[in-house]
Amino acid sequence: MPHRIEIKSKIPDARAEVRKKKIGAMGISGINTVNIVDVYTTGRNFSDEELSSISSMFTQQVVYEAAVDSYLAPDKFDWAVEIGFLPGVKDNVGDTAQESIETLLKTPSNSQNTHSSQVTYLSGNLSRADAETIANNLANELIESIHIKSYEEFMENNGMGITVPTVKLDTLPKADIVDIINADDLELQRIGKSGVYDHDREILESEFQAKKEAYADDPLKLGDLFQRNKEFFEKVRRGPLALRPSYMKATQSYFREKGRNPTDVELELLGQTWSEHCKHTIFADSIDELEEGLFNAYIKRATEEIRKKKGKEDFCVSVFTDNAGIIRFDDQHNIVFKVETHNSPSALDPFGGSITGIVGVNRDIIGVGKGAKPIINMPGPYCNGDPRKEVVLYKGPNKTQKTLSSRRLHSGIVDGVQVGSNNSGIPAAYLKQIFDEGYIGKPLVFVGTGGVMPAEINGKPSHIKKAMPGNYIVMVGGRVGKDGIHGATFSSEGMDEGSPVTAVQIGDPITQKKECDMLMEARDLDLYDSITDNGAGGLSSSAGEMAKESGGCHIELEKAPLKYPGLAPWEILVSESQERMTLSVPKHKWPQFSELADRRRVEATIIGEFTDSGKCIVNYNGQTVTDIDMDFLHDGLPKEHLTTTYTKHFHKEPNIPSLDDLTETFHSMLERLNIASHEFISKQYDHEVQGGSVLKPLQGKGRVCASATITKPLLNSNKGVVISQGINPSYSEIDTYHMAACAIDTAVRNAVTVGADLEQLAILDNFCWCSSDEPERLGQLKAAAEACYDYATAYGTPFISGKDSMFNDFKGYDKDGNPIKISILPTLLITTIGIIDDVRKSVSLDAQKAGDLVYVLGDTLDFESGGSEYYAMHGEKVKGEKPIGNNVPTVDAENNLKLYSVYSTCVKNGLIASAQSVETGGLAIALAKTAMGGNLGMDISLETISGIINYDDLTLFSETQGRILATVSPENKEEFEKNMQGNSFSQIGTMKKDNLFTIRGIEGKKIINTDLDSMLESYKSTFRGY
Amino acid sequence: MATPKAIILKEHGTNCEEESKYAFEKAGGKADIVHMEDLIRNKGKLSDYQILMFPGGFSYGDDTGSGMAWANRIRNNLGEEIQRFAEDDHLVLGICNGFQVMVNLGLLPALNSYHNQQVALTHNDSARYIDTWIDLRVEGYTPWLKDMSKLSLPIAHAEGKFYADNKTLMRLNEKCMIAVRYSEGEIFEYHNEKEPSNPNGSLEDIAGIVDETGRILGMMPHPERAIEFTQLPHWRSLERKYKDQSRETPKEGPGLKIFQNGVEYFE
Repeated sequence: MPHRIEIKSKIPDARAEVRKKKIGAMGISGINTVNIVDVYTTGRNFSDEELSSISSMFTQQVVYEAAVDSYLAPDKFDWAVEIGFLPGVKDNVGDTAQESIETLLKTPSNSQNTHSSQVTYLSGNLSRADAETIANNLANELIESIHIKSYEEFMENNGMGITVPTVKLDTLPKADIVDIINADDLELQRIGKSGVYDHDREILESEFQAKKEAYADDPLKLGDLFQRNKEFFEKVRRGPLALRPSYMKATQSYFREKGRNPTDVELELLGQTWSEHCKHTIFADSIDELEEGLFNAYIKRATEEIRKKKGKEDFCVSVFTDNAGIIRFDDQHNIVFKVETHNSPSALDPFGGSITGIVGVNRDIIGVGKGAKPIINMPGPYCNGDPRKEVVLYKGPNKTQKTLSSRRLHSGIVDGVQVGSNNSGIPAAYLKQIFDEGYIGKPLVFVGTGGVMPAEINGKPSHIKKAMPGNYIVMVGGRVGKDGIHGATFSSEGMDEGSPVTAVQIGDPITQKKECDMLMEARDLDLYDSITDNGAGGLSSSAGEMAKESGGCHIELEKAPLKYPGLAPWEILVSESQERMTLSVPKHKWPQFSELADRRRVEATIIGEFTDSGKCIVNYNGQTVTDIDMDFLHDGLPKEHLTTTYTKHFHKEPNIPSLDDLTETFHSMLERLNIASHEFISKQYDHEVQGGSVLKPLQGKGRVCASATITKPLLNSNKGVVISQGINPSYSEIDTYHMAACAIDTAVRNAVTVGADLEQLAILDNFCWCSSDEPERLGQLKAAAEACYDYATAYGTPFISGKDSMFNDFKGYDKDGNPIKISILPTLLITTIGIIDDVRKSVSLDAQKAGDLVYVLGDTLDFESGGSEYYAMHGEKVKGEKPIGNNVPTVDAENNLKLYSVYSTCVKNGLIASAQSVETGGLAIALAKTAMGGNLGMDISLETISGIINYDDLTLFSETQGRILATVSPENKEEFEKNMQGNSFSQIGTMKKDNLFTIRGIEGKKIINTDLDSMLESYKSTFRGY
Repeated sequence: MATPKAIILKEHGTNCEEESKYAFEKAGGKADIVHMEDLIRNKGKLSDYQILMFPGGFSYGDDTGSGMAWANRIRNNLGEEIQRFAEDDHLVLGICNGFQVMVNLGLLPALNSYHNQQVALTHNDSARYIDTWIDLRVEGYTPWLKDMSKLSLPIAHAEGKFYADNKTLMRLNEKCMIAVRYSEGEIFEYHNEKEPSNPNGSLEDIAGIVDETGRILGMMPHPERAIEFTQLPHWRSLERKYKDQSRETPKEGPGLKIFQNGVEYFE
């Protein structure tokens, strides 16, 4: 008989107070009090004595009380809302509870049977509809169950009742044969797009035939039957394989040659292996005149040329081939970095999607080379719609399946990463957030992780791994369930109604931490010769990739431990259940490996052997369900040829009123979503764990958001790692080439500004594009990729790793039920990873002392404000087509490089008091951050500023690249200016002791006159209460 | 006497053991990180050490209440050994999650007896995880805080609000068992935008307590994250100040002294 343990706080519960506020913010004013009760439900049978020790184990006696198989409701309430997980959804709290129970009673059980849920008791003047609204806001119905009872119902039923969310699967776990040999092109296309049939097609066919005959005389019914039949047939398909028609044709001829039809396991395996997500086909395909494709022509070639040019100074260790890029840190250590996105799942479940994203990219680090220890998390940017606006969108026709609001997506993403990163014990620095209406239907969630690894393990280079024939294929970590099935293929498709719910997983940072710690021990003991993570595509992708190293594999699927029985073999192979790594363990090392895993309570299972047979063989209960040549699996996908177009659109110029006093404009700019402080995020992310923090995400007396951070990977060394970003999607609508150029310049400049060594800077590219099957979008992509080559080579900063996500489009219905497609702005994130030889020389953004001189380094050009935040602010007031202008900033790499190099010398010589790169919002915003950071007034004049300037406002807010704002102590003035000779720079003012912030315009008239307190208020007010 | 040795326990989800080891070693001691499971299998190992530390982190994800699952595991497997260690003339330190574990285990404040929970660390008033720097005023006597009157350290937790009933609070005060309280100090003065000096709503601003002997200290703030000067949030500003006064820039952070005190106790 199942049992239920309820736990309630005896003292005022802070969570309940916060929840009450949240309910008030939903617009429900009738709420009076909120009480929260935590619930554990177990499907196991326990004695009274056992239950009593279990409940006291869960109850901190001083502040909590518990009840077993009864309830702990407040005396008075109006509604009880219980939220728990749906069957099969990862329940981290339930899992820990179960582990604790098993440890306590020393009785392990074989299945997941402990579950968590929470009852929120509401009192006040609330209708059932109010209670439903509250429940829908607190829960995500995709993954959670909701039970609502009124006080009367609750009393009548004697509580909420006991529900054990159990997975019941009635499908027969076997492999199906799929007829593709005889399929026509249309059916091939359907299989590729919508997947194989979930049920026996013949039964459906015969039912259809029977009805067709019965309706033969009724054209109306017949028409209806055909229509419904079409929909029905689509519905009973398993979900996208995302195999292009040409891939299906290649698969058809492969199996025709073999003289047999494939199994569903084989098709799913190909679907995963050939997915855009795994193979990056759009970057690999030939395109226009580029036979070798965008990746080879622009990204890889740039790195190869830079490395060659650097010669002995080349610091790249491993690029593009592994889970993450690897660069040299010092003689004994390498640094690794990877940036991922987790967009589609986050749109469905922002918490689950984003936690899975951050935990997943950590796993990339654990699985790079022989394994690295994660030391830095770089969450974000998060790209969302305006969280203050409610835009109603539906996924389904007839106003069904409302999408989550931007506010909910944003806060869900913030929370998911918070738990994922904090619980993993990895310091996290959030640097940027981006808001644009293009991200309403499809938010972007970038997540990055850096790690450190010894350069050698047991005398062998740690970045080289090779699965050897005869070694065991070992799966380590979590168990396999239906989680994330079709995750890889799903994110290769646009987002629409059919998006499968199983594509959502919820990462479990603690299970992974346990596993990571154990693997680091195993690595140092040299117990395995290859490792990779199970991410997109699950086992199919990890084992498949590693089998390339040995030349084949033989998997016995029934050996994989399952969360619950009834999974079909194809599901076991492609499931994306989290926290799993795949390893190649030599047979003679298995006893030691297995003993260690056991001692660390990490599940490790042999699921097959690596071979050199040239084949990928998968058996299930003795039956061969996959027999595919490795060559075909990895290289059998036909390359397609892509063609592009590129149209330069003309955009309206904004109509900006000419003002003598720009103080109010300046404050409005500080309040902009893309500029305002995101301190509330930085403060929730532990950025000091591991003890390496040097420059933090919030800096100075005003706790101003930084654009770069510095971390020491080794506690006993003063060498540091610099992380920064560049991202300018608002320029994409005007020119993607310059957008990409600006992203690279900004990222490089942000790193150099704080003290990164220009000679040891590497970059990572993350393209998030939209509608990448349209020639025009591909044209924009090509232009951006070309800029990547041009500017990476110009700066000498090699790409070491990258990732792309090509279909970030929302296809659904607007508030009136009309079809709508919303595409994101073509978005490129450039991440810089750099090295600073002595962190004590680093430069923070906050001005240090009254009397220090303020310099702008680099020219200011006031005619390139297209796509700027300033134009966006004015454009927002306009209905219809937004006047975003036509001239985005361009980048003069040669000049900038010269400037950055001299600036770096100044940093090394200790001449720079504070510095801040000029980014979104232009010079005025950089000045504000410097002043607020130092809590010092500023007296600035634009009269002496170098560049081409005609207008005060454009001079203040233009986003001209290549500029650094620096303050210098008067005693260093001479030496600093001597160093800067030959570069464009100008002293534009001084720091003041008072808190006045004044700027005189190009003609000497006061154009901004304000004070630090009001600036700080503007800067911080936007996200107060988030 | 030989170099004092500290044992830092590692459990699923703890994550501050490396920097804690570094802190002890920088302070002149020796430190080993020992996995709970390995200690359970070899309980005698505990006798090699003079100092026991429960580090911070998210033991078992804090899923069933912060520090609860780890405390249960200790109680069921090492309860007696740990109690005996604590009763001898040894030092015990718990930071953040380690403090929560000690409280749930009954190792602190241990008024009259070990074993039962007498105080609690519960959800911050904001019900949110907070990472920020705070100032502390040193009060009660403990060898860990010898010759210290104030210091600034970072906190990083979601459940750090100190709670006890009035009677317990009174006794803690009477017996001088409040080790550190949140107060307005250097960090508070540094920032122009003032935030409450008590970051989580702890009763009586309590940030850490000791047992009656003073040898067992638990606190929410993280001294092991304040070992180097460059870990301070305002190190650049301080550096400039020292330079202008022609004084030498410090190399160490304020947390180191705690570890030095721990090591010196045995020297």
